[in-house]
Amino acid sequence: MNWKTFFALLARDAHVARRNAMQLFLQTFLQPLLFVFIFGKVMVGSGYMPAAYKSLLLPGIIAISMTFTGVWAVAMPLIAEFQWTREIEDRLLAPISVGWIAIEKIVAGMLQALVAGLVVIPLAWLVLRPGVEISIGAPFTFALIILLVAGFSSCGGLALGSSMNQQHIGLMFSMVLTPMIFFGCTYYPWSALNKFPILQKAVLINPLVYASEGLRATLVPQFAHLPVVAVIGALIFFDALLLVVGLRQFEKKAVT
Amino acid sequence: MAVGVRTQDLRKVYNSAAPAGAAGGFVMRADAKGAKKDAKAQIPALDGLSLEVLPGEIFGLLGPNGAGKSTTIGILTTRVRPTSGHAWIGEHDVWAQQAQVKHLIGVVPQRPNLDFSLTAREILVFHGAYFGIGSKLRNERADALLEKFKLTERGNQMVRGFSGGMMQRLSIARAMMHDPQVLFLDEPSAGLDPQTRILLWEIIREYHAAGKTVLLTTHNMEEADALCQRLAIIDHGHMIALGTPVDLKASIPGGFLLRLRFGNQTAELLQRLQALAGVREVRTADTNIDVYADRGGSLIPEIASLAASSGAELSDVHISEPSLENLFLHHTGRSLRD
Repeated sequence: MNWKTFFALLARDAHVARRNAMQLFLQTFLQPLLFVFIFGKVMVGSGYMPAAYKSLLLPGIIAISMTFTGVWAVAMPLIAEFQWTREIEDRLLAPISVGWIAIEKIVAGMLQALVAGLVVIPLAWLVLRPGVEISIGAPFTFALIILLVAGFSSCGGLALGSSMNQQHIGLMFSMVLTPMIFFGCTYYPWSALNKFPILQKAVLINPLVYASEGLRATLVPQFAHLPVVAVIGALIFFDALLLVVGLRQFEKKAVT
Repeated sequence: MAVGVRTQDLRKVYNSAAPAGAAGGFVMRADAKGAKKDAKAQIPALDGLSLEVLPGEIFGLLGPNGAGKSTTIGILTTRVRPTSGHAWIGEHDVWAQQAQVKHLIGVVPQRPNLDFSLTAREILVFHGAYFGIGSKLRNERADALLEKFKLTERGNQMVRGFSGGMMQRLSIARAMMHDPQVLFLDEPSAGLDPQTRILLWEIIREYHAAGKTVLLTTHNMEEADALCQRLAIIDHGHMIALGTPVDLKASIPGGFLLRLRFGNQTAELLQRLQALAGVREVRTADTNIDVYADRGGSLIPEIASLAASSGAELSDVHISEPSLENLFLHHTGRSLRD
């Protein structure tokens, strides 16, 4: 394993992310913050939503921001670089095996997802305060959960980015990411689906459910949430599944 | 120490659409377009190609589009997986020891595949970093290469706005950045203006003089002739001739090719052409008659008078001197440009 090459590849991605920092910032945070503002501030302030909704919403917003960032950070550049310009070729010719180049993409995506998660917490708190009751009672569990969330989003980005063409980006949003968010227990807890038993079972195939519920369990444990063990088990399963699929798709696309 | 290149019985069958510039540039894929994979739509690109490029040699692969040149380079540079057969760079098996092989090779693709998120200088510096070159050395090398390829002024600009020629020069600079032992160039002078082409040839010769191996593909005879020490002519994934440009040209019967067109071709006319002094071979090709001979223009008066006396009006004459084009035509019956 050639660590010098690996870190040089990471440095390249960090350099490009810094160059596009403003754009990345807007595309990552604008939508969740608008959501926080309307639902957490306007709707609660005007009495349409109970005050507790603020605290319930925050973990979901973190989960959306992290997932979006991870998928976006890996998938979008890959889709562009695998197009006819084959920009990625110079990295495929770096003295490291193709699988490690994919791993590097995953690590870069995870780092961006973690930054997004950690930045959205204070931002959302600023918009929502006062009245948000978050507490990190189990920091290690919290750390493990956000790592796993970063992992599945980044691996998912690899799988999507290595399987899609530029002309299908719109479809990726409308067919994959948007349903994921709405059925991801982001704006409501999983227990809110008790009255819709079929839907409640069906959404369990959505990894974002475990991200939202896991963050809820560690940040706002006062609300009903899925058991932490189940959340961690499911996240590990999705991380592994998307990693395997992502690596396979990447190698298929990288080598003719 | 110079490093050679070897392949043994390389075969490559594509399951999807035509591989255009398989080594780089872009690869069209039917499956990427959502078309169903058709088991019958197998396209053989290489059919048992064995070749050996000696250490420190400038070797050319010459052939028409679709001959398998880019696929060969793609396999040798880890970008295309062979269906069967083996390839080595020096002692390293290309497929078993990819990372070591990538250290030894520099690749200039058919279409520039520069990293559009970076400036010209960053492309070189990051490339150096991928190859583990220290910060000071990679910055020095990047500056030297920008200077050499006349890109210093554009060094801090994003490459998106570069012209084709500038991108091509930067691709070559990038391939040289880690000082590889073997340099692969896929159609290096396609799309270059004549001035840049001469600069490129100089740089390739200089690189070779430093003891490096160069493998290039081209369908430009002039380039193959001017640069290559040995050439392999390939067509439909087969090698059809191998040797120095001089030897190859000498192997064409006579050397000169006179492409004639008559208003009225008869068997008798062919026989009489064959009988002319200096004519080695006469072939009919479509509406033309190809005459291979060891002299060119001096045959014309005799051919004209022969045509007049046979009642076959001579309507077109084209004389080509000994060239690789003629060689290719002789071996395949087709022009390199077809």
